[in-house]
Amino acid sequence: MTTRVELDIFEGPLDLLLHLIKKSEVSITDIPIAAITEQYLATLELMETLSLDVAGEFLVMAATLIHIKSRMLLPPDESDVEEDEEGDPRGELVRRLLEYQRFKEAAGELERRDILKRDVFVRSPEAPEETETVGFESVSLFDLISALRAVLDRLPKDSAHQIVLETFSVREKMSQLLEDLHRRGKIVFQDLFQGAASRLEVVVTFLAMLELVKIRAVKIWQEEPAGPIVIAASAPLEEAHQKMAGEPIEEDIDGT
Amino acid sequence: MERDQLKSILESLLFASEGPVTIHRLDEVLEGVERSEISSVIQELQAEYDASGRGFRLAEVAGGYQMQTARENADWVKKLYRDRPQRMSRATLETLAIVAYKQPITRAEIEAIRGVDVDGVVATLLDRRLIRIVARKDVPGRPFLYGTTPEFLQLFNLKDLSHLPTLKEMEEMTLPEQEGGAPSAPPEETPPESSEQ
Repeated sequence: MTTRVELDIFEGPLDLLLHLIKKSEVSITDIPIAAITEQYLATLELMETLSLDVAGEFLVMAATLIHIKSRMLLPPDESDVEEDEEGDPRGELVRRLLEYQRFKEAAGELERRDILKRDVFVRSPEAPEETETVGFESVSLFDLISALRAVLDRLPKDSAHQIVLETFSVREKMSQLLEDLHRRGKIVFQDLFQGAASRLEVVVTFLAMLELVKIRAVKIWQEEPAGPIVIAASAPLEEAHQKMAGEPIEEDIDGT
Repeated sequence: MERDQLKSILESLLFASEGPVTIHRLDEVLEGVERSEISSVIQELQAEYDASGRGFRLAEVAGGYQMQTARENADWVKKLYRDRPQRMSRATLETLAIVAYKQPITRAEIEAIRGVDVDGVVATLLDRRLIRIVARKDVPGRPFLYGTTPEFLQLFNLKDLSHLPTLKEMEEMTLPEQEGGAPSAPPEETPPESSEQ
């Protein structure tokens, strides 16, 4: 049985590519297509394992990458010149990545401005209680997936062959995480998985955390770029439980 | 009218208004006073508030003037408001940035830049009145063109669209970040990500 998580924090294939390029410390204008394609496909596979909704756009991009990779292997074709000026099969992709990155940076600039109801406030006709404050999500889904991969990689390899029948429910894990967060204040991402013995438990814990983000019961942020990812409760315990109760959460995953 | 009296009246007008007030509107209220004098008194007020360490400022937002709390007191003011954050996701913020810089723009054009479907995000932005439909594009299908609203300017404390942070040129972004050239490891040296079974 699968659990399908759809995220509001929806991010696309260009985000994933920029993330991988940055992580590999390579230049956008000179992407090592073979290596990046491999990493891209591996991430897609992990997302499928997590039953995250992998939208069609991700698959289209996978096909594009494989196509570029194959063209890179062929000798430059004279008749191809019309297609992209420099005859580099990566040309169009590079242009799209640069264009997209410009707007990502512009979004960052906007976020750093004095934002109404976050940094500055004005007199408002409503009573203060009615007004909501504005905040921004600061960790990307791909940062989370990278962090999850690191946790999975550290698990003992043989744990996949345990013959213990275990059942974890996402809902149970959500309750447990909430209790922990309220008891301990904020928790570093890696520590969420302390004591998790199997891949299954790690995955269920991760899904539970995503669900909590989705219902706005917890918040996730990084105190500095590339710093540790931190999780804390963002609503009183009771309110969080109410939200959970009102939320359709998919059925349990059986450990088989 | 004495300048001190004008200053006092302007201060009351700005204090009493709920949204940004334009010079034009102030001029209508203060019949017979030169616009240039209004502007100069407003600047004087701005300078006084900044210099005196008061808990409020006079900001120029969305084409008008508006009193705002001082940024350094944000945490205290937040405590007065109930802590119920209305968050803006990265996807929403990026889409908003694209509309802001490229307006008027169609949904298909936004999707071409972001590489994903933006139906939900555009609906959210319309719902929050940060963007609006400004026209229809004269192409087959006559798709809607979107642009930003005065609420957008207010949210980001912008005087007008010309005060948006400058968008980097594509050429600038291709330059290596560090001197001495960008690190470009050959592909085979990049450690492959461990893949899942």
